[in-house]
Amino acid sequence: MAASADGQGYRVIGTRPIRHDGIDKVTGRAKYGADYSFPGMLYGKVLRSPYAHANIKSIKTDKAAALPGVKAVVTADDLPALADKMEQAGEQAINLSQLSANILARGKTLYDGHAVAAVAATSPHIADEALRLIEVDYEVLPPVMSVEDAMKPGAPILLPGLRNKDEGPEKQTNVATHLQFKRGDIEEGFKAADHVVEREFKTAMVHQGYIEPHNAVGIYNADGHATIYCSTQGSFVVRSLSAAVLGMPEGNIKVVPAEIGGGFGGKTTIYLEPLSVLLSKKTGHPVKLTMTRAEVLRASGPTSGSTIRCKMGCTKDGKLVAAQIWMAYEAGAFPGSPVGAGAMTIVAPYNIPNLLVDAYDVVVNRPKTAAYRAPGASNAAMASETVIDELADKCGVDPCDFRIMNGAKEGTPQTAGPPYRRIGFIDTVEAIKSSPHYKSKLEGRNRGRGVGSGFWFNVGLQSSAIVNLHTDGTASLVIGSVDIGGTRAAQAMIAAEVLGLDVNDVRPLVTDTDSIGHTDVTGGSRTAFATGWAVYEAAQDTVRQLKERAAKLWEKKPEEVAFSNGQFTAQGDGVKPMTVKELAGRLARTGGPISGRATVNARGVGPAFATTVVDVEVDPDTGKVEILRATVAQDVGKAIHPSYVEGQMQGGTAQGIGWALNEEYFYDDKGILRNSGLLDYRMPTCLDLPLIETCIVEVPTPGHPLGIRGVGEVSIVPPPAAVANAIAHAVGVRMTELPMSPPRLLKAMLSRRGGAESQAAAAGR
Amino acid sequence: MAKKVVVEATINGEQTEFLCEPRQSLLEALRDVLELTGSKEGCLTGDCGACTVIVDGRPLCSCLMLGVEAQGKTVETVEGLAKPDSLHVLQQKFLEHASLQCGICTPGFLMSAKALLDHNPKPTEGEIRYALAGNLCRCTGYDKIVRAVADAAQTLASGTGQGRGGRLGSGPSASEQTERFLQGQEVK
Amino acid sequence: MATVVIPAQLRKLTGGKDRVEASGRNIGRLIEDLDRQFPGFREQLLQDGDVKPSIAVSVDGEMGTGGVLEPVGENSEVFFLPALGGG
Repeated sequence: MAASADGQGYRVIGTRPIRHDGIDKVTGRAKYGADYSFPGMLYGKVLRSPYAHANIKSIKTDKAAALPGVKAVVTADDLPALADKMEQAGEQAINLSQLSANILARGKTLYDGHAVAAVAATSPHIADEALRLIEVDYEVLPPVMSVEDAMKPGAPILLPGLRNKDEGPEKQTNVATHLQFKRGDIEEGFKAADHVVEREFKTAMVHQGYIEPHNAVGIYNADGHATIYCSTQGSFVVRSLSAAVLGMPEGNIKVVPAEIGGGFGGKTTIYLEPLSVLLSKKTGHPVKLTMTRAEVLRASGPTSGSTIRCKMGCTKDGKLVAAQIWMAYEAGAFPGSPVGAGAMTIVAPYNIPNLLVDAYDVVVNRPKTAAYRAPGASNAAMASETVIDELADKCGVDPCDFRIMNGAKEGTPQTAGPPYRRIGFIDTVEAIKSSPHYKSKLEGRNRGRGVGSGFWFNVGLQSSAIVNLHTDGTASLVIGSVDIGGTRAAQAMIAAEVLGLDVNDVRPLVTDTDSIGHTDVTGGSRTAFATGWAVYEAAQDTVRQLKERAAKLWEKKPEEVAFSNGQFTAQGDGVKPMTVKELAGRLARTGGPISGRATVNARGVGPAFATTVVDVEVDPDTGKVEILRATVAQDVGKAIHPSYVEGQMQGGTAQGIGWALNEEYFYDDKGILRNSGLLDYRMPTCLDLPLIETCIVEVPTPGHPLGIRGVGEVSIVPPPAAVANAIAHAVGVRMTELPMSPPRLLKAMLSRRGGAESQAAAAGR
Repeated sequence: MAKKVVVEATINGEQTEFLCEPRQSLLEALRDVLELTGSKEGCLTGDCGACTVIVDGRPLCSCLMLGVEAQGKTVETVEGLAKPDSLHVLQQKFLEHASLQCGICTPGFLMSAKALLDHNPKPTEGEIRYALAGNLCRCTGYDKIVRAVADAAQTLASGTGQGRGGRLGSGPSASEQTERFLQGQEVK
Repeated sequence: MATVVIPAQLRKLTGGKDRVEASGRNIGRLIEDLDRQFPGFREQLLQDGDVKPSIAVSVDGEMGTGGVLEPVGENSEVFFLPALGGG
């Protein structure tokens, strides 16, 4: 249910039209990456290391190449060596040499599933057979599977060239980065605390879990140009990163984004794309590669497991005075965990005068991590939001009131220092507090209610948009933002609003990297904010040009023409108002076709907050947790299409619940992934969740023409902690490990009962 | 390598003949041989349901069946749901309720939901969730999917017939009928 | 003069001070001035003539998009923080 009314009187924005690509998607006509086929197309497959940590002594490909139907076999030797340093690539800072080594291992394999070679053949089955004929001589090394093991003195070293500033230029290490944030005086802070809670948390590595595996079709032309069709969140990222890995000029690669079956951050990088072009170059044919589900889990970026020590103190009235955090995140095989974001989000919703955060990015023999919806923040919130819950309990303060009392507002300093501008955190807490869910009584044994809050920065970055006006008065809207969750519709709605058109008279097109200006990823909660801004300005540009045409027709100056309620008007006798449709029929005579355009490098990003309340029932005999009810409140600035905004909120909540209860990577003691399938990597099904209630809160982002705040990510942050808090209130057990799966919860409940029983027995003696 | 086999089956109401290798799954036959790419590959182990089709009236994962096993059978895929001038009521309700975000799981859900409503025209929320538990969605949290299926059942039961056809229009917000329907039924 | 808030790990360059004053009409010139006062800042913050890819700049509460060209006002408050991505 939407909590806000539309004061601005928008005609289109805030309504719920059927999405323009909807019919294609419900009829199976929409083309996702794996649906593409071309004449003469070959099928590629990737050989992957069966060891967690090994040196490659040699690779022999001649038997594979000789198999009938095999047209090419490639290894890292077929890719150029790249500089081992950080560079800017789109949204990200990337070490290109490490990116290339993740795509095809160079000298060393660093996780179970690490790509070692690739083949192209006339059928996927022949390609599979060919993989078995590739001979790799591995020298197996001891695996390092946890941050604790990686940070121990004498730990096996994954990357011989890795150094960090703390340990100096001579010391080999598995710690890639140490970040620190400090404010006030941490010792004085804790001295002023009446209550202090300190706990250590461990969260397991989890995967984004998109239903569609990675895919790419590469077509290399003899003139040195290539086209890549793939499901990606960022076609421009695929272009620049693939070009770098292949050693090709960026402009020689065109990326055509297919429809995408989920990404959540995991498809903002590259795996198969450069391989598809490389194999196409070697064979002279289009080459399609897809990952199996096992490959997706073994070898595409999950997000970090982590160890977090969180100590927080408050006065007896519930005022937070100090927070000290130590956190280490698994980066996987190469540096780049989201521990920095974890450090900057962990207490972000609160005004805490004394703060010390130490954050470590640690390499381990697991897949290189990739972004997952508010990367780093859910791990962190599990720690801080449960500690806060304990403090609130100790003070006897309601969890919502505790958050309101300590909540960040405009002007409160963020962890890294800059003050917040206008934000809606407290509004989300109040929305939960006044929700039917929170007001309802929860009765019954082993039932409990828990609240959690979360923060995410959101990003701005670059987007482009073009509006082509047709002579029939309809418009095409050309954008580069891949539509992963209904954004096409929202963009068309914005253009329709500005142009005074019906939403079905605007046709949104998501197009390739040659046909639209640079557009950064569909991710980071930026699409409605930044692409929406570009669309808004492109539509305004169109209106400006139309005013000039109207002026010509009326023999007036453009400044004398007004546009409102879909009509162009001017003062004077004989001036009959005209709609866009009417003017569109007069374009040729007044100067020619009209295209409106705009580009942005969006500034003034509005950060997002969410607060979630969850009711659970715990089965005392099995430790299974049932989610009885869930409500999420989120500040979205302005909901363009409320149904898809609700969808983002519900989807993030569902992923957060899976993260809380069942999802984790199981590696055995050899570092081999044992649950690389969707039966044992257990994501929530329809039967595991109730209807998810939503409260859309709208505190507009200052400076944005529509007040939009990014909406895609933050809803995944509160649920693990909210569920943990609910479990604590249900059965009196404070869980400090994720996931809170039945065996773990049962063990915790039994040891609490065992403790209680022996206490009672001792008292009875 | 074994020779390809000629398979005769009824696909979406049409008598069809196609060639496939014995080792190809029905999913591969549909996608790579018959070019019906509406059924999707998500896991190849029957755990995600993205490849769900209806064979002789039963919903099943086409990745778990061989193409040659379709011999003499009736197969329904998502491509067969709509009529030339109108969507199936399930498709219409999925659009109205915004039950898809990325849409990759949608064909599988539509087939599972159709199989449910073909056998149980008045399912409770619990029965809907049980019938759809074999289809994974990572985007929506299932809320709007369940509402759409409930609304579709209600619409079919009240005899208002097929979906409104292909024309786009400003869809209504989640139907009040759905709210009443869900409240009136027992929760699992 | 703009106020530059010094990240915790760079306070060793400023003798422990967490806020210093510096001048410059854009971030590039500001970093030059910081380096003049406290040698070592340029090496920490710049790479190939622009702000390091792993570092973001905030001026008066707004994240900058101009790198070394980002304007700095007479009384601006400037922060250097880790650059982040989303998912």
